[in-house]
Amino acid sequence: MTEVITKLVVDCATGEATEVPLTAEELAQRETDRLAFEAREAERLAAEEAKEAAKASANAKLAALGLTADEIAAITA
Amino acid sequence: MKLIESKTLGTAQASIEFTSIPQDGTDLVVFCSLRTNVNAIAATLSFNTGGTYTRRRLQGDGSSVISDTASVDLVVNASTGTTTNTFSNTQIYIPNYTGSTAKSYSSDSVTENNSTEAYQTLIAGRWSETAAITSLKITVANTLDAGSIISLYKITKGSDGIVTTSP
Repeated sequence: MTEVITKLVVDCATGEATEVPLTAEELAQRETDRLAFEAREAERLAAEEAKEAAKASANAKLAALGLTADEIAAITA
Repeated sequence: MKLIESKTLGTAQASIEFTSIPQDGTDLVVFCSLRTNVNAIAATLSFNTGGTYTRRRLQGDGSSVISDTASVDLVVNASTGTTTNTFSNTQIYIPNYTGSTAKSYSSDSVTENNSTEAYQTLIAGRWSETAAITSLKITVANTLDAGSIISLYKITKGSDGIVTTSP
């Protein structure tokens, strides 16, 4: 059985609250929004991972130059 | 400030919409306590139909900050990554909602989480339409959990220009 997705519509004039099934247009918009969110989220995660990788690489290069962990922390904090 | 309507969701809903908003107020205030059933913290605010929304966002998540143009208006507690049975908190302020110019609004919201990752989001938004706001909707990526609460208030300016309050 297909799940019916509803929205709650509150009429401020009467105080009546009604559960209304989403229209085909609203369902399509949801899907568009979901895909857009996933794309933005993937982009954000990729940027964060790239930043972390760059940080690790920089720390490794500093260590290779002979800096101690405390010294690296002192100049990167 | 006078309550127009307040609803606590008894069942999960994709969105909640207030219609036929009375036009005798000056400003609108929305208070929300929300939780959603998916791992997506963002929710959007929309008025009437149509129009273009532009936003500036300042957001912290417990370890980093961003400042950007956002496509969302508030954060909600997600099903994963937040403490069970906790809800976000949001206040949205919409001044001069019956005016005949584009509408500005602001939103400040936080997610509740017993962990490092908890969001604090400030939004300054603008809706391009010049019509008075008669309906207001909050939409999430999937559905809002039962127990989520949304309350709509109006603030009415007195005839002397001073904002009055009602019990």
